Amino acid sequence: MAKLSREDLLKLAQLAKIKLSEQEIEEFSAEISDILHYVEQLQSVNIDDLAPTNQVSGLTNVMRNDEVKDYGYKPEDLLKNVPKVKDNQIEAKRMIT
Amino acid sequence: MASQWMPLMDIAKDVQEGKLKASDLVETALKNIDENREYKAIITTTEARARARAAQIDDKIKGGEKVGRLAGVPFIAKDNFLVFGAETTAASNILKGFNPPYQSTAIERLESEGAICVAKANLDAFAHGASTENSDFFTTLNPNDKERVPGGSSGGSAAAVVLNMTPFALGTDTGGSIRQPASFSGCVGYKPTYGLVSRSGVVAMASSTDVIGPLTKTVSDAAVVLDVMAGKDELDSTTIDRQENYTEIDTDLSGKKIGIIKEYFNEGLNDDVKKVVNAAIDKFKDAGAEIKEISLSDIGMALSVYYIICPAEVSSNLSRYDGQRFGYSYEAATDLEDSYLSSRGNGFGKEAKRRIIIGTYVLSSGYYDAYYKRAQIVRTKLINEFEAAFKEVDYMVGPVAPTPAFKIGENSSNPLQMYLCDIMTVAANIVGIPAISIPAGVSGNLPIGIQLMAPKKADKQLLAVAKACEAIL
Repeated sequence: MAKLSREDLLKLAQLAKIKLSEQEIEEFSAEISDILHYVEQLQSVNIDDLAPTNQVSGLTNVMRNDEVKDYGYKPEDLLKNVPKVKDNQIEAKRMIT
Repeated sequence: MASQWMPLMDIAKDVQEGKLKASDLVETALKNIDENREYKAIITTTEARARARAAQIDDKIKGGEKVGRLAGVPFIAKDNFLVFGAETTAASNILKGFNPPYQSTAIERLESEGAICVAKANLDAFAHGASTENSDFFTTLNPNDKERVPGGSSGGSAAAVVLNMTPFALGTDTGGSIRQPASFSGCVGYKPTYGLVSRSGVVAMASSTDVIGPLTKTVSDAAVVLDVMAGKDELDSTTIDRQENYTEIDTDLSGKKIGIIKEYFNEGLNDDVKKVVNAAIDKFKDAGAEIKEISLSDIGMALSVYYIICPAEVSSNLSRYDGQRFGYSYEAATDLEDSYLSSRGNGFGKEAKRRIIIGTYVLSSGYYDAYYKRAQIVRTKLINEFEAAFKEVDYMVGPVAPTPAFKIGENSSNPLQMYLCDIMTVAANIVGIPAISIPAGVSGNLPIGIQLMAPKKADKQLLAVAKACEAIL
């Protein structure tokens, strides 16, 4: 049975870029282990040589012409939800410290 | 409680003929919302834009101009639909204050026919849940019993319709989020065939199962709303061709082949739910339906398939909330990495975090084959099983959920227990077929719905049969 250790959980949280509180670390290792244990019932299904299903739309390769369409949006409108804007660009914290 | 609304088409007809004013309808809806505040079904109202739209419609009518076929009909959208001029939060702290620069296609199509969005309804944050208890803001109360949940994730929408705030509401259904709250609260909830309604402008959860649908008082009203929303959209490349119309749906049950999903009637099913569903099936039989028991031997695996595929897609879809481009951003971050970690750590609620981490786990290289790929293969198996079953019958019937509405707090401390609420609804999402929940009876004061399913793209046929069932329940 899958059991998520503290280290496993911290690694996953780091990969997913989520800071967890001490309380969350404790709760999540137990809860997520339970959930993973439940879904392990799939191991008992006989899957023969069936192919995986990625999507169920019945569509393949939906194409469109590669053309620019003007939906009338102004950059200011698209930037109005950005936490920090400088010179009409998104400002982020420094990457290299 | 506010008084019952007329059927959608009758409201619109009276507006078109000048017997009713769109402005009055909007005021009535806003008053209904205000008078039912205690149920906490609504996150925000959109009075200003709703009043402006209503005035526009009334002016057009005065000027003899044509108005749409839903002219003046007020509605409520789940708060994961992007609506111009309305904050869209998906009930999450991380999207608080987000004012969308564009609007969802579903809203666009409804409003171009004259319908008016008056409010945004509560949900489990990002639609992750079955009770609205995962909303980052508050829990909606069941309209029939304030100590119980309305179901979820479209719990605010279901409660709003049952409380007669507006004649219809919009929801989204990724694993049962329209049908289960419809059953718990007591209204009709329709989940269309995957791809039938554009999801452009709706906050994405699990893209391979997300669909949009209506919650209404009657099957006919659900059909009208679907008819307006359905069809291809260049902004959502997963949309499929529609049937000609979804509104000419008069039929009866004689000779209709309906399969009972045997596996849903196991020991986990609540006695009252079993009684209500069996009594409904007896009525269908009396009305001439050919009822046959169908076994779907792997349907018990559907929930496991879902709780691998859904978090995998959630972990991918929710990566866009990075604290840089929109939504909450942790101001005191020391560098970009800290900004990501802290913005997401502080901004997401527990269930979103749980699902992102499960998704990250099942997609990680060491576990991909054992979990994600295997779930996709079992998904194929389920699709095959349903296809075989639909060679024997044209429709399938069963419960919507194993129990009536549960008490607030009853399942919230155990996430797996909460996931089990979806056990009878997820299969339709995994397979992509249409399904509907219609009210079938009660357990004390609590409503119980019955679920009907049909093959892919047979939405019109399903609505017709559901209407015939509704008439004799």
